[in-house]
Amino acid sequence: MTEQFKGVKPSRRAFLRGAAAVGGATAIGTSAAAEADPAITQMKPWNQFLGEGVDARPYGMPSKFEAHVRRQDVPWLTADPISSVNFTPLHEMDGIITPNGLCFERHHGGIAEVDPAEHRIMINGLVDRELVFTMEDLMRFPRENHVYFLECAANSGMEWRGAQLNGCQYTHGMIHNVMYTGVPLRLLLEEAGVKTEGKWILPEGADASGMTRSIPMEKALDDCLVAFKMNGEALRPEQGYPVRLVVPGWEGNMWIKWLRRIEVGDQPWHHREETSKYTDLLGDGRARRFTWEMDAKSVITNPSPQAPITHGKGQTVITGVAWSGRGTIPRVDVTIDGGVNWHQARMSGPSMDKSMHRFYYEFDWDGSDLLLQSRAHDSTGYVQPTKDQLRAVRGLNSIYHNNGIQTWFVNSDGVAENVEIS
Amino acid sequence: MSKFLKKSTLTVGGIAAMLVVAFVQETAADQSAPYNLGREALPEEVAAWDIDVRPDGKGLPVGSGDVFTGEEVWIEKCASCHGDFAEGSGRWPVLAGGIGTLASENPVKTIGSYWPYLSTVYDYVNRAMPFGNAQSLTDDEVYALTAYLLYSNDIVDDEFTLSNDNFLEVEMPNTDNFYPDDRVEVEMPLFSVEACMSDCKTDVAITMRAAVVDVTPETDGDAEVEEAAADVEATEEPAAVAEVAVVEVAALDMELVAAGEGAFRQCKSCHQVGDKARNRTGPMLNNIVGNPAGSVEGFRYSGPMEEAAAGGLVWTEEELGAFLTDPRGYMQGTKMTFRGVRKPEDIAGLIEYLKSFEAD
Ligand code: HEC
Ligand code: HEC
Repeated sequence: MTEQFKGVKPSRRAFLRGAAAVGGATAIGTSAAAEADPAITQMKPWNQFLGEGVDARPYGMPSKFEAHVRRQDVPWLTADPISSVNFTPLHEMDGIITPNGLCFERHHGGIAEVDPAEHRIMINGLVDRELVFTMEDLMRFPRENHVYFLECAANSGMEWRGAQLNGCQYTHGMIHNVMYTGVPLRLLLEEAGVKTEGKWILPEGADASGMTRSIPMEKALDDCLVAFKMNGEALRPEQGYPVRLVVPGWEGNMWIKWLRRIEVGDQPWHHREETSKYTDLLGDGRARRFTWEMDAKSVITNPSPQAPITHGKGQTVITGVAWSGRGTIPRVDVTIDGGVNWHQARMSGPSMDKSMHRFYYEFDWDGSDLLLQSRAHDSTGYVQPTKDQLRAVRGLNSIYHNNGIQTWFVNSDGVAENVEIS
Repeated sequence: MSKFLKKSTLTVGGIAAMLVVAFVQETAADQSAPYNLGREALPEEVAAWDIDVRPDGKGLPVGSGDVFTGEEVWIEKCASCHGDFAEGSGRWPVLAGGIGTLASENPVKTIGSYWPYLSTVYDYVNRAMPFGNAQSLTDDEVYALTAYLLYSNDIVDDEFTLSNDNFLEVEMPNTDNFYPDDRVEVEMPLFSVEACMSDCKTDVAITMRAAVVDVTPETDGDAEVEEAAADVEATEEPAAVAEVAVVEVAALDMELVAAGEGAFRQCKSCHQVGDKARNRTGPMLNNIVGNPAGSVEGFRYSGPMEEAAAGGLVWTEEELGAFLTDPRGYMQGTKMTFRGVRKPEDIAGLIEYLKSFEAD
């Protein structure tokens, strides 16, 4: 764990890949192998013997060779694992969808195990009719499907003062991107009939933290979803089963899990998570509040400290993800020389509003040191700033909303490290 | 309104009349409630869940609680995690102090230094604390705890009683230092400019490396996740502290000191020692052994302690031993509401431990 974290020990999969490369082609290019590859010449058990039947794995799990692909926490960050966070292994993923079991977790009172039969959703406050819905009621409203990223406002928060954690899982892993199925919140609010003075909502969770956030009515009626499925299956308990709020493009803390109540009011509540937390302390000691939108951001996921280059020089793939709470990502630039020259990366996969985007940059690595960065452009024309540009505006104490450009230093051995550059 | 239930229990005889009613109800509902789903919430159901409190006082129940009661509840239900004075213990949240630090390198965001509204304290304690037993406090206990948290942040004095009547009169020091998100005006123009693509800079140097900080997950840091940015410094502290300790305790019986450190856990809820020691429920206890009683600056002693001090009481090892064995027997009326050290063998260790906090 320690070694893998420092980026010196390749993952098991990378090791296997490396071994194959050594056995297959030590020379550069497609030259002939010196010896026959036992992966080809020797019979493997799976070539010969039968595997398990269809009754063996009623809920399928990843291959045992992928056991290292997992969420990780950083114990020193919090007093206790119950009010804490773990991180999505971005360096082990591709495409844009986060598998349900790898979606990072942040909860404030542990994972609530809610029985859907005993779960109710209440709408109260400034409405014509205060209503109660069962899960069954909820399923009778028209549903929609949307892919959205959810990023914790504190993602990269440990990096405000400088490069700290070696691995994009830790620097950028408080994010996931899944397809939600749910009912537009607007429909539930219309069902209750919002009074004209109703300008804010207060969604509340059923967990032991009783999580609450104030959300302006405009957003509530725009694109918020009351979701019960993620990537086609029921929400995972740690993601709010049986029902959570989806607040596209806005900081993850507002996406109330285990949603049980929505109050309508004429002003915000200024609860703990929008005063003590999730306000951005600036250099002058004053603080921004209601910083809901997630600014455009990107990170190179491979190579990165936990995913070094193990194949040596030659054809090399750089890949990463980008997203913006204000729209889509039409373009990402990549530099391999620390920002002297930039190259437009190749975007691949669907480009959806407030969803993750995948980019690639392939090049012929000459084996020299690399300083890798990516820079996202979003559909509003906003360009991801450097960390120093952000610090110039916000100081060092903001904690939240660090969307600065990430730098990985890759040495000639392919080992990658989290650094900052001039 | 349970019109679905009603319909299913209709009798044939009543059907015509009920249908008219149902029809009228449903057309009314159809206009406003487009899908006619769910049912109306009963007032007692709304009351059971709607516990939120707002800065304007909306949602506050009738009730009251004073600082003294708050302290008692606090020691019993909160101090184990947040420290006896809300100063935080270990990596649990710090709730008091930090005033004047917000623009510094290490801002300490507490109820006193940071929180803009008192209603947030009431609402949060009521809905989420104590951690692991949420929503178990009575309204009066929450008022008392809120009063105590104001007191430990020096916002009110120890005579203060908080109630729904005077709630809005309390002024929070940092209320005016929040303003709405202005990134769209301040940052969007700054960062929405043409990006340079080639020959953008002349030289590039590495200015900082994570490997130098090397905060592996095993490292013992000192921060909440959001506060973790401060950890670069935190990781450097232990070495310095250890050095100081070696110098100071050179003449002490280290084994006894270690034993005393363990026994001092019974005192920690009220007393602090060491570099950053402050007066809490009890006075800070640096330089106590062999020195005059009742003389720690800024601490408000009880009448009996002040009298004893005026009478020239000095905390010799004997006097201290007698006091710690049975504080209230030794000094009737002392504010030290502590039952006394149970095991006599702990006394020597405690005294030796306290001696290790003597400045020279
Ligand atoms: C078992 C440990 C524990 C106990 C006991 C406990 N707390 Fe907490 N407290 C926490 C944790 C953990 C958090 C942060 C929770 C989170 O991350 O959402 C917290 C947060 C708080 C906060 C908000 C801190 C901030 O800066 O936002 C307040 C106020 C608070 N507690 C008050 C109390 C009171 C009052 C009691 C006693 C009734 C109490 N706590 C008992 C662990 C505890
Ligand atoms: C419940 C809170 C509490 C606990 C626990 C507690 N004390 Fe105290 N202590 C006080 C208070 C309050 C005073 C001031 C007494 C007074 O003014 O009458 C005090 C006074 C003292 C004094 C005298 C200080 C002076 O300036 O003269 C000493 C010494 C002392 N305590 C040591 C200890 C030790 C050692 C322990 C643990 C074994 C301990 N106390 C536990 C609250 C506490």
